Amino acid sequence: MLSVHIRRQFRAAGKPSFQLKISEEFSPGFTVLFGPSGAGKSTLLDCIAGLVKPDEGWIKLGGEIFFDAEKGIFLPPQKRGIGYVFQSLALFPHLSVEENVGYGLSGAADSERSELMDRVLTAFHIRGLRRRKPGELSGGEKQRVALARSVVTEPRILLLDEPLTGLDGGLRQAILEDLRDWNAARPIPILYVTHNREEVDAIGDRVVAMIGGHVSESGMPRAVLDAPRTAALARAAGFENLHQGRVLEQRPADGVMRVALDSNHCELEIPLGSAQRGESVQVAIRAGDILLATQAPQGLSARNILPGRVESIETRGAIVVVVVNAGVRFTVHVTPGAVRSLQLVPGLTVWLVVKTHSCHVVTPQ
Amino acid sequence: MNVEAIVLSLRLACTVSAILLVVSLPLAYWLAFTTWRGKFLLESVVALPLVLPPTVLGFYALIALGPHGALGRFWQSLFGHPLAFTFAGLVFASLLYSLPFAVQPLVASFESLDRRLLDASSVLGASRARAFFRIILPLAWPGVITAVVLSFAHTLGEFGVVLMVGGNLPGITRTVSIDIYDRVQALDYRGAHQTALLLLLISFVVLSVVYGVNRRIWSPWPNR
Repeated sequence: MLSVHIRRQFRAAGKPSFQLKISEEFSPGFTVLFGPSGAGKSTLLDCIAGLVKPDEGWIKLGGEIFFDAEKGIFLPPQKRGIGYVFQSLALFPHLSVEENVGYGLSGAADSERSELMDRVLTAFHIRGLRRRKPGELSGGEKQRVALARSVVTEPRILLLDEPLTGLDGGLRQAILEDLRDWNAARPIPILYVTHNREEVDAIGDRVVAMIGGHVSESGMPRAVLDAPRTAALARAAGFENLHQGRVLEQRPADGVMRVALDSNHCELEIPLGSAQRGESVQVAIRAGDILLATQAPQGLSARNILPGRVESIETRGAIVVVVVNAGVRFTVHVTPGAVRSLQLVPGLTVWLVVKTHSCHVVTPQ
Repeated sequence: MNVEAIVLSLRLACTVSAILLVVSLPLAYWLAFTTWRGKFLLESVVALPLVLPPTVLGFYALIALGPHGALGRFWQSLFGHPLAFTFAGLVFASLLYSLPFAVQPLVASFESLDRRLLDASSVLGASRARAFFRIILPLAWPGVITAVVLSFAHTLGEFGVVLMVGGNLPGITRTVSIDIYDRVQALDYRGAHQTALLLLLISFVVLSVVYGVNRRIWSPWPNR
């Protein structure tokens, strides 16, 4: 068990700029650190690795103290036995794959060294790359080499800072499998930083959501990221629609309340919450949770059916981003096929269909 | 052509650039990686020879090296003869004079290193010394070459400091640039031409090596 209770104040031009304040326990297995850039995820990893010294608090692994401000203990990174894959990977550009991976094994005997190397190069499928330099590797190969280098020393904690960014889903899944197999035999805490929702789902373990230097919520991905409680986390978790609203009335019998959005031109029925009549709230809706209809739908259970006009249509890979003005602007994600069969064009009148439970009330901070 | 002066100049330049490399590596490492707020003071001291007239530098060096200077007295007590107007005195003054030409390229190349590589090295358990020899030095190699070559070339061509500290003793302190000056004074333009041309060629070749190796490392020209 890794316990982190730290505070670190950063300054820019003499003024306090950013504060990292974390109190969290990490058990063996994967923990995903999720949050927008600037949330302090990498800084937290740096503190655990000993590259950044916190101002206050302590960091412990089991009974061993890595850092304790009161006792004046600070174990340098060399002594912590941690594996760390940096966001930039930080492979040594002038050393071969073999030298990179073996860099942390300088103290080991030759026989032990070659055995460890052999095992890790096989586990991460990079045996054939031994003699190559990082400049001659593809993105995925580099990421495998960086992972191999970080685990070959048999670390007691593994810190992974967006190690698989930029890889396509299949390759990412394959590397994650390798990592899982490796972890199965060695139950150590693995902290996995990402701001990619798909990666969170692919890992599927506990999520710690960070915003502005502190933990905003933690739990299983569905609980944390599908029903975010803060606007900042909603934005990071891919809730494209975030609207300011005012509670018009509460209907406890129906389990809902009515909310007027921004300009009063648009009303939504959302799940009953603690907000009182007249209070302002923020409503978050995923672009993928909104349906589009070219005719006024009837006989639906969905409570929110809003007429609007298509403002823009933009294709981004496998999804099409449609912006609809229904008094306020909504972003809707549909498939290219849907655009074709509905014959969506800018200026077309459409109806937005939103389930009550697709609307999440979040707090501004 | 005065072969004796050329040999002396080359010997001086080799000695000075070798000593400077040994001195500058730790100094540049410290300057590049320290977080001490007062480091600009040391940076200024190192850069002083760039702006000081050689006569000023030479004057202070002469006083320090002389029989009443601290260094001169120490030297005299060790070897029984004064330091001023000797080859060793010349080496000492040249070290000061060429110091920025060795330190600055090294600092620039150390500072341009990706710090995450050093973080990676620490996390993997490597000592600072191992990081220095396995990561920093190999990656800063163009800076090291630039430092050596620039301090060599700069020492080879110095004039004012040599004149102040070394005087003009054939075979001991009469370097190429002094020799050229002497010949011009004596209206021996032919002799001056030959030596001057040789110095020009050496300087050109040396600078070509530097810029050929790496033009991003410290140079008086803006980045291209």
